[in-house]
Amino acid sequence: MKRFIVKRLGFAVISLFLLSLTIFVFVRVTGDPAVLLVEPGASAADLAAIREQFGLDRPLWVQYGSFLAHLARGDLGQSFYYKTDVLELYLSRLPSSLLLAAVAMTFSLVIGIPTGVIAAVRVNGWWDSAGKVFALLGLSLPSFWVGLLMILFFSVYLGWLPSSGSGTVWHVLMPAFALGWYFAAAHMRLTRSSMLEVLGSEYVKLARLKGLPEALVIAKHALKNALIPVLTLAGINLVLMINVAVVVETVFAWPGIGRLLYEGIAFRDFPVVQAIVLLGGAMIVAVNLVVDVLYAVIDPRIRYER
Amino acid sequence: MNGSGPAAGSSRAAALTLAWRFASFRSEGFPVLPVLILSVLVLVAVFANVLAPHDPEVGALGDRFRPPAWQEGGTRDHLLGTDHLGRDVLSRLVFGARVSLVVGFMAVIFAGILGTALGILSGYLGGWVDQVIMRVTDAWLALPALTFAIFLAAIVGPSAMNIVIILAAVYWTRYARVIRGEVLSLKERDFVRLAIVAGCSKRTIMRRHILPNVVNSGIVLATLMLGVVIVTEASLSFLGVGVPPPKPAWGLMLADGKKGLMAGYWWLTVLPGTCIMLLVLSANLLGDWLRVKFDPQLRQL
Repeated sequence: MKRFIVKRLGFAVISLFLLSLTIFVFVRVTGDPAVLLVEPGASAADLAAIREQFGLDRPLWVQYGSFLAHLARGDLGQSFYYKTDVLELYLSRLPSSLLLAAVAMTFSLVIGIPTGVIAAVRVNGWWDSAGKVFALLGLSLPSFWVGLLMILFFSVYLGWLPSSGSGTVWHVLMPAFALGWYFAAAHMRLTRSSMLEVLGSEYVKLARLKGLPEALVIAKHALKNALIPVLTLAGINLVLMINVAVVVETVFAWPGIGRLLYEGIAFRDFPVVQAIVLLGGAMIVAVNLVVDVLYAVIDPRIRYER
Repeated sequence: MNGSGPAAGSSRAAALTLAWRFASFRSEGFPVLPVLILSVLVLVAVFANVLAPHDPEVGALGDRFRPPAWQEGGTRDHLLGTDHLGRDVLSRLVFGARVSLVVGFMAVIFAGILGTALGILSGYLGGWVDQVIMRVTDAWLALPALTFAIFLAAIVGPSAMNIVIILAAVYWTRYARVIRGEVLSLKERDFVRLAIVAGCSKRTIMRRHILPNVVNSGIVLATLMLGVVIVTEASLSFLGVGVPPPKPAWGLMLADGKKGLMAGYWWLTVLPGTCIMLLVLSANLLGDWLRVKFDPQLRQL
């Protein structure tokens, strides 16, 4: 067990190291990083000052070392536009992103799990077919287009919901649905396949042989076990939602991380863009590590693989 | 997906199954409708110059926000209306097909070549080569694709060619993972062992014996990736870091369309999005069919 955790931790550290190296290399090889690090329209003297300040005249490996040292101290640089520490800026937007992700996750589970269960119970029936169409649409419609269509329908035509901004419960509904839509399809597909697997297992057969009503077999015996992989995926997806919401947040002017990323591009605020990529990758590495370790704790077979 | 066996149950289910055969959600049926849609889009893209009634990049400001011809205020000159600069929407959609398809196909092919090559190297050579390539793949897969693409676009600046390179750089990891797995099982097979005994060099074995056997998977993956790549391109363009204006890209049209959304100019939002949806849906359906047909190993993807 210990060996497994240490090994997985080692992989995670290597991933983080490679992430930072990737980001570093891309910034350095694709042109003069000083241009990205100064405010647009800066003078030649400013450029020289930046090169001096960030040590861009030093050898690359020294530069990378100091880049890592800054990262380790949580120093992600200063935002040009907001004139504040990037990490502070990031943390100030995080609650909005978390709120949006939480509501979107609720939508996706409330839609995805029941439809997945029905599709599995009535496999190859009408509901299953409808579910497949739904899953396919969910995976094929760009979320920002779904958002735009909802604005057109619910804000412009019906006038029921506010088209942008934040503050009330009504504001969060449309962006959360647009964001959760894609994930609902993914959760539905996994619920269906996981449910099908469990329904074919021995203990479900036994529960049926005992004469339990089918509804009880499904709700009590099958669903509980079938939900394990779904909830694991949901955990990973929650982190993903924070990091892929950029288009949806832009459409609805939702003040989260995604909106910050969009502002970062629009104002050519490079430190912000870089920080969001780095932190997003780090979050996903971390959640994968947690999931792997938890699985190993629950299921001893995984520990001895590889 | 579990697609075998005829649907048992009510007549409603049977009717829907029939409808499905046509739209081909099932492995047995060739996806007629998706292939038809894709072919039409390819033809439209190829003959955009002939088909588009107007210049897609030039508009008359006097003709701003004209609705489609069948609505009040619409003219037959602009069948699908005009945008905020008075440009013809139909012409922009037609040329937009060209942008989407060229960027999509090229990105998928570049990513495929890079990912397949690295996947074969990683799987066949093993050892430290494998370790290095797979660790990099893991790290890159951890980066949220869209955020990573935005970051790269912010560095290299927007242009259609840069978008292709960015998308290839972001998505090659998907191929590398799958192809490596295939190679691992292929290299234990007898024909590869015989080739080693016959004295073939590693290069020859990888090129002549391994590569032809993973091409199928590569093509299936490429078809499935096409939809993902096109949505990402549209998202980048929508955010202003993709295809630069005034080029007619569908994502860009959606971004422009947002300016008229609150005023109820629905055609600027509904039409480009519908085009993206049709293209992505068709690519996904075709990819699904190809996967089940040619590559059972990829079914769990």
